[in-house]
Amino acid sequence: MPPVIDQVVGVRTKAGPASVKRDAPVVMIPTPPRERELRLDLLRGFALWLIFIDHLPQNLLTWLTIRNYGFSDATEIFIFISGYTAALVYGRAMRERGFIVAAARILRRVWQIYVAHIVLFTIFLAEISYVASSSENPLYTEEMGILDFLKQPDVTIVQALLLKFRPVNMDVLPLYVALMLFFPLVLLVMQRSAGLALALSAGLYGLTWCFGLALPAYPNGVWFFNPFAWQLLFVFGAWCALGGAKRMSRILSSPATLSICAAYLLFAFYTTLTWHVPQLNHFMPHIAEQWMYPIDKTNLDVLRFMHFLALAALTLRFLPKHWPGLTSPWLRPLILCGQHSLQIFCIGVFLAFAGQFILAEYSGGAVVHFLISVCGILIMCAAAWVFSWYKRVTGKGGSRAKSADGDADLAGGGA
Amino acid sequence: MRTGLASALIVLAVSSAGVSGCSDQTKSCDVPAYLLTSDSTLSRVASVVKAGGPLNILVVGSRSSTISGAEGEAYPVKLQAALREKLPGVPVNVAVELTPRKTAGDVASGLGKLVAARQSTLVVWQTGIVDAIRSVDIDEFREALDEGVTALRNAGADVVLMNMQYSPRTETMVSMNAYIDNMRLVAQQRDVPVFDRFTIMTRWNERGEFDLFSPVHGASLAKRVHSCLGRALSTFVINTARINSAEPEARRQ
Repeated sequence: MPPVIDQVVGVRTKAGPASVKRDAPVVMIPTPPRERELRLDLLRGFALWLIFIDHLPQNLLTWLTIRNYGFSDATEIFIFISGYTAALVYGRAMRERGFIVAAARILRRVWQIYVAHIVLFTIFLAEISYVASSSENPLYTEEMGILDFLKQPDVTIVQALLLKFRPVNMDVLPLYVALMLFFPLVLLVMQRSAGLALALSAGLYGLTWCFGLALPAYPNGVWFFNPFAWQLLFVFGAWCALGGAKRMSRILSSPATLSICAAYLLFAFYTTLTWHVPQLNHFMPHIAEQWMYPIDKTNLDVLRFMHFLALAALTLRFLPKHWPGLTSPWLRPLILCGQHSLQIFCIGVFLAFAGQFILAEYSGGAVVHFLISVCGILIMCAAAWVFSWYKRVTGKGGSRAKSADGDADLAGGGA
Repeated sequence: MRTGLASALIVLAVSSAGVSGCSDQTKSCDVPAYLLTSDSTLSRVASVVKAGGPLNILVVGSRSSTISGAEGEAYPVKLQAALREKLPGVPVNVAVELTPRKTAGDVASGLGKLVAARQSTLVVWQTGIVDAIRSVDIDEFREALDEGVTALRNAGADVVLMNMQYSPRTETMVSMNAYIDNMRLVAQQRDVPVFDRFTIMTRWNERGEFDLFSPVHGASLAKRVHSCLGRALSTFVINTARINSAEPEARRQ
């Protein structure tokens, strides 16, 4: 497929003016100096929605999320696209303004992500303390032990600031911090030779699996997302952004690749089906089971990585760059969410906490559950709309240089 | 996108129809058949029952294997009652060994001795929740389970593993999935049945048979849940041991 993800270069073509007219009432994204790749925004927005839904307890909408249909899930999409956009934005900064400036901007981003994580941690602490101390159901005396960690606040809070203590569902941002922290170096190598950077990254991934490299967590165990393994996806995203995708386009568009991808996706789908329909288990050879399981999310199992690659290849094939649907108002909310990923991610996690809280304290019915999911997504969209509006308004007033920086941040958004 | 929304609505419609369809039945805490059996078997239980007993069962578990203040109505007691009813003529004794606040690793090393002392035919090992709350390293958890199961087998007992309760209020605060998956993995490797309490309770909650969200004080909900769990576990043991108790079952229905 020729129009691989080589965005940046092109200029907004035919679709541009038409969509401006049609979307007049909707806020338009600020037109950056170079064209945005709307597919990236779309898919990242999609990943953010899925992450929000997956963070809520099981409900109807959970069945729409991709983790039920294959090995990989929204996290892979999110990390890959983040690597991709980070390379676009900070790669350009590094070329134009040098290593020091680019590194400084990356570190500023790291700080933002870190602060966002700490804010979410505080909110989580408030919720967990309330729920655990207000519940007296004798069925669950044991589960209320989750508060035990608060008996040593001196240790726990320091460990949280060190990113070692992370309650459940709060693992993505620390992974992000770790990945971005080393991104200046990655980018430096990548500017010299993209292939070398990717090879080093794959080597580190291999070493992680051979020697069990991991970051320790508190009170025990290791980081849920092992940065030494997940960096592969991030660096791979960056590599694709800096020309790798172009180089692969021949392979990607060959029918053989497509059929292998499709076959693999089917296999993954069938395997996940056996988890949900245990009766099917009889048709899964015992040897295959022993070879496959457990599918390790912590260390980005090869099966998961391949599943993501297959998904990405098919997406590229069937979602062309200039697909008119990308400018349709129906997809605008997704795209807007994808364009403000760090903010929307945090809002999503917050809303998941809030939704969980409502479910726990007031009502747990399926209908309420469904409504909470839908409302959460609407709030995320509204927030993204406000961010876009604000960016546009302030962008107009600010100086030229400032708005260029702003755009970079928007696209690099990163999170 | 539009088709996605449409299918979501269809799913919603179908499932709410389903819910309203069964709400006029009495709430019977039914469990689907596949959760009440296993590919693995309980051969010692089968031969003891065939020989006329006595069937000594030991439940090793954390605090969720009892109800504080109403110990006599917890699932092990209900299990004993149900088995005695279903296996007339076979003496059945269920003992409980509580190991509160202990991880699988803490418990595993002592299991062999425990069984030898009590001469148990079957050990129901309920574990995992403390490990999940303390986020014990998943490999350690798996190794501990493996060690425990091996010790129990060597001591001459059949084993049923039991996983956590489903607790909706803390669902997003304690990450259970990895522990549940690894328990299933050990069970598969060691050919030991798993009583999937987590899925069973999730279903009850989804179908509205119990409001597990309830923060209400008092033990009545806990008693009803344990009563259902005890009965389900008795069916699970009988099915898994391939004991032919068709006659009393048929009479009951």
